[in-house]
Amino acid sequence: MAEPGRTDVTSDLAAIRERLAAARGKTYWQSLEELAGTEEFQALLGREFPENASEWMDPVSRRAFLKLMGASLALAGLTACTSQPEERIVPYVKPPEEIVPGKPLFFATARPLQGYALGLLVESHEGRPTKVEGNPLHPASLGATDAFAQAAVLTLYDPDRSQAITEAGRISSWNRFLAAVSGALDRQRARQGAGLRILTETVTSPTLASQVRALLAAFPSATWHQYEPAGRDAARLGARLAFGEFVETQYRLERADVILALDADFLGSGPGAVRYARDFALRRKIRGREARMNRLYAVECTPSITGAAADHRLPLKASEIEAFARAVAAGLGVGAGPGEARPSGPHAGWIAALLRDLQAHRGASLVIPGDGQPPAVHALAHAINHALGNVGSTVIYTDPVEVNPTDQLASLFDLAEDMDAGKVELLVILSGNPAFTAPADLHFAERMSRVAFRVHLGLYQDETAQLCHWHIPEAHFLEAWGDARAYDGTVTILQPLIAPLYGGRSAHELLAALTGTPEKTGYDILREYWKSRYRGQDFEAWWRRALHDGLIAGTALPARRVALKAAIGEPENRRTGDTGAKAAEPGTLEVVFRPDPTIWDGRFANNGWLQELPKPLSKLTWDNAALLSPATAERLGLRNEDVVELEHAGRTVRAPIWIMPGQAPDTVTVHFGHGRTRAGRVGTGTGFNAYALRTAAAPWFAPGLALRKTGARYPLVSTQDQFRMQGRALVRAGTVAEYQRHPEFAREMGEEPPRDLSLYPGFAYEGYAWGMAIDLNACIGCNACVIACQAENNSPIVGKEQVGRGRAMQWLRIDRYYQGALENPEVSHQPVMCQHCENAPCEPVCPVAATNHSAEGLNDMVYNRCIGTRYCSNNCPYKVRRFNFLAYQDFATPSLKLMRNPNVTVRSRGVMEKCTYCVQRINAAKIEAAKADRPVRDGEILTACQQACPTQAIVFGNINDPESRVARWKAEPRAYGLLADLNTRPRTSYLAQVKNPNPEIGEG
Amino acid sequence: MAQIFRPSSNTLARASIVGGGLLVAILALGAGGFVYSSYMTGVGDPRIQPVPFSHKHHVADAGIDCRYCHTSVEESAFAGIPPTKTCMNCHSQLWADSPMLEPVRESWRTGRSLEWVRVHDLADFVYFNHSIHVRKGVGCVTCHGRVDQMPLTWKVKTLYMEWCLECHRAPERFVRPREFVFSMDWRPAEEQISLGRRLVKEYRIQDAAHLTSCSTCHR
Repeated sequence: MAEPGRTDVTSDLAAIRERLAAARGKTYWQSLEELAGTEEFQALLGREFPENASEWMDPVSRRAFLKLMGASLALAGLTACTSQPEERIVPYVKPPEEIVPGKPLFFATARPLQGYALGLLVESHEGRPTKVEGNPLHPASLGATDAFAQAAVLTLYDPDRSQAITEAGRISSWNRFLAAVSGALDRQRARQGAGLRILTETVTSPTLASQVRALLAAFPSATWHQYEPAGRDAARLGARLAFGEFVETQYRLERADVILALDADFLGSGPGAVRYARDFALRRKIRGREARMNRLYAVECTPSITGAAADHRLPLKASEIEAFARAVAAGLGVGAGPGEARPSGPHAGWIAALLRDLQAHRGASLVIPGDGQPPAVHALAHAINHALGNVGSTVIYTDPVEVNPTDQLASLFDLAEDMDAGKVELLVILSGNPAFTAPADLHFAERMSRVAFRVHLGLYQDETAQLCHWHIPEAHFLEAWGDARAYDGTVTILQPLIAPLYGGRSAHELLAALTGTPEKTGYDILREYWKSRYRGQDFEAWWRRALHDGLIAGTALPARRVALKAAIGEPENRRTGDTGAKAAEPGTLEVVFRPDPTIWDGRFANNGWLQELPKPLSKLTWDNAALLSPATAERLGLRNEDVVELEHAGRTVRAPIWIMPGQAPDTVTVHFGHGRTRAGRVGTGTGFNAYALRTAAAPWFAPGLALRKTGARYPLVSTQDQFRMQGRALVRAGTVAEYQRHPEFAREMGEEPPRDLSLYPGFAYEGYAWGMAIDLNACIGCNACVIACQAENNSPIVGKEQVGRGRAMQWLRIDRYYQGALENPEVSHQPVMCQHCENAPCEPVCPVAATNHSAEGLNDMVYNRCIGTRYCSNNCPYKVRRFNFLAYQDFATPSLKLMRNPNVTVRSRGVMEKCTYCVQRINAAKIEAAKADRPVRDGEILTACQQACPTQAIVFGNINDPESRVARWKAEPRAYGLLADLNTRPRTSYLAQVKNPNPEIGEG
Repeated sequence: MAQIFRPSSNTLARASIVGGGLLVAILALGAGGFVYSSYMTGVGDPRIQPVPFSHKHHVADAGIDCRYCHTSVEESAFAGIPPTKTCMNCHSQLWADSPMLEPVRESWRTGRSLEWVRVHDLADFVYFNHSIHVRKGVGCVTCHGRVDQMPLTWKVKTLYMEWCLECHRAPERFVRPREFVFSMDWRPAEEQISLGRRLVKEYRIQDAAHLTSCSTCHR
């Protein structure tokens, strides 16, 4: 059955290929449906919203509805006869220090993810954290954040978080827990702790480490395990393989001219991603004719935002990347003898050109291996970087940032074996959800039941909590004291922004309870530890400085020397057991596991903002899918949304298919994190559980995946065909060579009418004229801006079914365009929000003047006037207006009221809304400047999207000031206006994308 | 066959034309009167507060400056309602046993806030900022009236949008020198319009086009 707005494309793949081959020049496309050009798709294009988006879907007939509405309308006038309900003002009894009601305060802290810190400044309104920003002083952030950090406030206020200590599912108390656990600990003490196991996530926290060590000192036979589902074992083991010890690898991307990513998504994930994206983009921004751009080669299996940013991308199966790395190494004379320096095979030309490029940039090149590649690839990358003289320049080695680097999967394997053997009597799980995230062949959940006493500390009553005797609600990182190190080792002391909403406790407090000091608060523990480490005179001043700055100065780890082993051996594999692989049996596929781009390893499953966030490349929301290359789908006769049964290592899951241009053939990528059974009201039951296929022996990819059609269909919702702009030259891209020949290439791809082409006299914008510019060359499509906008502007989520109808409410969307062949298209990202046209088409069509132009050139939207005719949206060529078809906002849940930005109206049903250029921030800055009798400084106003952007792709400011950054960007030859030929005069300009392909390979 | 309409019907018809017109006019006037009635606007209607706080007593008799209690009026959007601590600064000594002040002492003892009823309640989609108005020379009295003569507090203006626009369209009619913003009984020594025009220039008050842009107040 054809869903409305969906088309069947797979049968047409051959025709699509022909059409692409026949196309002259560059053809940009967004989806296979578009390329197929079927009738349904054309119909979809012609509509403003997908079919049914604006229809009355309830069983009540339209006629009955109109009757009811007629009566309601007649009575509606009477509502004006009520006065506003009485409001109370509740002042403090004793005013806290520094709080001025109505003015936010900012506190420095950090967001730990996989143990590593990202420095933050958190906005607090009268004690309520409402918005997360990056800490400009923090090396991992430099003022920017990722999408996960932006969404942190929603998790903090999530009403589904666990709210009580439970024993076997029944509500209990801390004292009863202490009594119970002390009994268990006493029994362990007698046995030196032989039955005690602590399971944590990756730990970089110095304080937590000292606490765990103290516990291990008291229980010498106890063991500490760490496990992270999207872990970095390969990086650790690869370093040990190459150097004989664990070392941390850091990259200096701003120094790299040529970068080779070996299945590495260094822009999108990993401890240093936000910083790396900034450094990478520094070398992508062209100013003037001078273009010293870096060049990125990406070899990857499944499309990532790093691959999308690459100048050359080569899709290879994950298992082929090691051979590729060996070929590169051999070509550079690393490892094997010099004899086979000439690459062979299908990609020989590509590799040869890459090799010449790398060799021409010795000391300024960089090879980055991915976390999903085996240790051998990491070791090879280390060897290549050594051979290219990159060490000390683009690659820096330090001591490990982690407190106790181990082979985590092996460690979890040992724990599972011990549990199975009945050796574990007391298991304490500090965060994490191993019952859900552990590889399926460890049977972790099952084996846990053999442990006599199980304790779980976690944010949610999740799959693991359910299997534990005791569950302690965990304090969110915005509620607790703590510390963590950044990718370069810099320590941040995490300070709470609010007292625990649900009485949660931090890992520090729980560990203190286990070591017999349950009365200690997190604050005491932190202070005690750092006081013991402090060697100076004035601890108080030092402590305040560290909290204020959000980091402890001088704690970045120094670069150190490493000695590359002469011969890189094979990694030892302690994770025994059958991989279950039917070693590349013909007809089987390769399965590739990746953490979900928006809900990560499943920990953010109950965060609606992240669930609804379109994934960077597939644009899928609320689901995961089995990603297949177009060729493989064609060969297997599969279409989008076909449900297949995936069988690997004796286990099966059912998953819907999504055809992914750029995916390596004969591979199936599944993102783990979905398929939760106890995530909460938002996250339970989305997608399928890919962990069910994952094995400890092959956690990232494995051959031998059998795929069977089931004949069933499952609706997937992708936003890639929504809010479309019908194939005009919207995204404009060229190459460095083109740019140098003709810098204004982008401007000439469209026509811009002269400014005096109007019957009406123009409006003179005196004073401030706000404008924005977006550098498409810097945008990597990471989605941080989308969530930042949602958090700043109180935008609701609408749910999968409503997204499918084109009713998503994010004011900012990132359009993803493909160009070129299906198998390996080039990708362009284009963030699109309200363009604030000077001749805004939305304004004259509003019958109630609810959308107007401000004297500073903002396209204002007045919610209280809007009656919801939607004419404005109809007339908007950019499709950036969003309509509240239903009452999407949750006005009832108390905790969510705390979360909202008090400076932005919370919209209800029947109201149109859109990007305001963060007018609340503009007004706040204008008022502060006016009070000081000075003009607003350039850079004083940062829109939410701009502030969050890791690559600084967005600038905002006063275009009347020729010295402002935005005015200078707009004067760049690459600048163009979106659909400027309509004479809308958008205030937002885009700087065309410029790729830097290797002339020896050619474009693509 | 009898006529359906008798001659008197003509008179009725004429009367109904006039009457109908009158009815519409009366309804319109009535609706208008209702909208501007104190029932709707709350103007002149003192609210019942937990403590019958008298601005008259504190401002006119005791001579306390507005900013002693409304501390954030010069820096924040919100002028600030004093914490119990501010009340207790004096009332731990003065009228320390007055039964009228028992709620204040109770708040101080228990740490539970007093709950005042909001007198000036703007709609939630309006974002008003005290600090910039004070800075640009809008006197307290201009909007809040002679609070120094109010034994209980009421509002004197409707706070309707047309009322806001009166000033946003022509600020020169209302602004005063900064040094007299907190004065209750200031009168311009010269004609308001000429003083206002001078001050608008001196204080760089934005023009009407900027001040009446929607996003100045709505966002």
